[in-house]
Amino acid sequence: MVEIKTADELNKKFLREGMWPTIFCNGCGHGVVLEYTFWALEELGLDMDKVIFASGIGCSSRLPGYINADGLHTTHGRAIAFATGIKAANPDFHVIIFTGDGDCAGIGGNHFIHAARRNIDMTVIMINNFIYGMTGGQLAPTAPLGSIATTAPYGNIEHPFDISNLACALGANYVARWGVSHPYQPIKSIKEGLEKRGFSLLEFLAPCPTAYGRRNKLGDIKKHWAWYDDNTILIEDYEKIMKYGTEEEKAQVKDKIQLGVFQDIQKPGFFESYEKLVDRLREKETKAKEGKK
Amino acid sequence: MTEVMIDTGNYIAAKAAVMCKPDVVAAYPITPQTTLVEGIAKYLATGEYKGEYICVESEHSAMAACIGASATGVRTFTGTSSHGLLLMHEMLHWAALARLPVIMCNINRVVGPGWNIWADENDSISQRDTGWIQFYCSSNQEIFDTIIQSFKLGEHEKISLPVMISYNAFILSHTSMPVFVPNQKDVDAFLPNRAPKWKLDPDNPITFGNIILPAEYEKVRLDMQKSHEYAKKLILEISKEWKQRFGRYHGDLLEFYKCDGADYILLSMGAIGAESKAAIDNLRKEGLKFGLARVRCFRPFPKEEILKLSKKADLIVIDRNISPGMEGALFTEVKASLYDNTDAKVCGFIAGLGGKDVPFGDIEKMCKKVINGKARHIEWFGLEGV
Ligand SMILES: Cc1ncc(C[n+]2csc(CCOP(=O)(O)OP(=O)(O)O)c2C)c(N)n1
Ligand code: SF4
Ligand SMILES: [Mg+2]
Repeated sequence: MVEIKTADELNKKFLREGMWPTIFCNGCGHGVVLEYTFWALEELGLDMDKVIFASGIGCSSRLPGYINADGLHTTHGRAIAFATGIKAANPDFHVIIFTGDGDCAGIGGNHFIHAARRNIDMTVIMINNFIYGMTGGQLAPTAPLGSIATTAPYGNIEHPFDISNLACALGANYVARWGVSHPYQPIKSIKEGLEKRGFSLLEFLAPCPTAYGRRNKLGDIKKHWAWYDDNTILIEDYEKIMKYGTEEEKAQVKDKIQLGVFQDIQKPGFFESYEKLVDRLREKETKAKEGKK
Repeated sequence: MTEVMIDTGNYIAAKAAVMCKPDVVAAYPITPQTTLVEGIAKYLATGEYKGEYICVESEHSAMAACIGASATGVRTFTGTSSHGLLLMHEMLHWAALARLPVIMCNINRVVGPGWNIWADENDSISQRDTGWIQFYCSSNQEIFDTIIQSFKLGEHEKISLPVMISYNAFILSHTSMPVFVPNQKDVDAFLPNRAPKWKLDPDNPITFGNIILPAEYEKVRLDMQKSHEYAKKLILEISKEWKQRFGRYHGDLLEFYKCDGADYILLSMGAIGAESKAAIDNLRKEGLKFGLARVRCFRPFPKEEILKLSKKADLIVIDRNISPGMEGALFTEVKASLYDNTDAKVCGFIAGLGGKDVPFGDIEKMCKKVINGKARHIEWFGLEGV
């Protein structure tokens, strides 16, 4: 049951007031993702005593510190490994990971691919701002070609990592990508991700005016935010145009980043399979003992 | 011609590294190291640095890339801090045991959890046993000079070991000071090209890191130990040569300050070492006979010289690190150096953890507490009744 109607009420319920104000710069997208997550939690009516947050290091990874709930702010890139332990010890808890493109797709990439492959029950919210925001603007592995970063002063020549695509290929149960300027679909998506057993990835494209926007001359904060609307397209629209559109229409959308739900399947989660395995072996052992008698 | 450059510890370190012409630099950013490697990148852009610069995806990879490059016989440099250094730990052992002279700056920063970016020496102290030579600097000039000296030391044929040059986060890394920068020709004359005895070479194939049986392995360790012992002599020679060529001297393994006729000698490292000089000046003005032996080189450890000091004076040690369950690491090492050979008293203080400031006034308080006979064997300054 949704009792809360306004953002103020929502914040009062979920934010840890003592940590206010946040470290976030003006125009940073991270706070919006937090807000979406709060709405999803509220609408699902989850017992917050059974929700645990984990994060690595980065501006995005600061989010658990602002939430009035249990959280583990871990080392750079390793949140998913810590979270696997949390989940193993508390199988009926919801484990939510906040991570960044650097944290999740760069230094922590190995944990990500194996957790997705094993379909470990957790919800990973990766905020992709194309940059290492916290350390002042080094190139992230998700940065579009041509992006300017302190480590790519003449434009990025490395092909960006499409992390949602990767998660799909690894067989994650739920994979979606959204922006931060349209609340409804992302909130719905976070809810779906949270309710899903197995591995869910929610990738958010979020502006970092300080370390990315400025350097890439994306204009003031308003223009920078508009960049995301101008350069993204819903999967359904993209597919329609690619199928039925004119050549001109196709050329217009071909480089846009697709938003939407990429994968929604029902493979058993790791712990579900694990429990079944344990049951099967126990049963076998019991039978063997009975046989001896 | 020598020029004066006014800049932060990190940019000064970048300048020194580039003047040594490393063939490969591989790095991953972490506060407060970032501006050091950005500084090198700038020299790459201006053409002043002509080597390869690799942006990797973690510190573990940064050190692995340096090891790979170094194994081919070229000169390598990197920098890191805190958790970056900890993530490198496996590779630190590797570099040292493979006898590859990778040169690295480590900006001493707090280890988490309890995330904090300020000065604390637990990061590098906890790498004590990796086989790296470890220097601790107390000014930007010393950072500059020590980096260049370290290439000569680490790459020397009797040493062949990696060297870590540590300096405190922000207090040095982000603070500007004037530094004398010699001209390139003089640096070239001081620093010979690297000439390793063995390297990956298609004309003479060898394999690094092969399987080795116990008896041989022990010899490898003994050889490493001998090189550390030899480094004690070489550090002396290199510091002397540096003084002759460039007119500057920061001490060798230790830097002695007003130790003549001292009744008490303070031992400290890094930025606290610099602050200690001001404290000693003030104590001397009051007629109190204090001197300072700033520990510049922590590995190899100057145990013989410290034993000599203890024959003339009692010792006071300040540690910006803690080995939980024991005490400050420098304190332990100082006492081990004296074992059974001296009557000197030794008192230890833990101070400045988590980046807490340790100004000279506080150091004077610690010293006075010792003279007044009120200091315990070991105590935490500011937390335990000082
Ligand atoms: C082992 C280690 N290496 C480096 C760092 C420094 N570091 C902190 S945050 C960060 C990048 C974060 O980027 P991202 O995950 O994209 O987060 P953002 O700040 O952009 O939200 C780095 C390299 C660290 N904390 N630990
Ligand atoms: S640096 Fe970028 S990611 Fe970090 S708080 Fe500022 S805007 Fe957000
Ligand atoms: Mg980022």
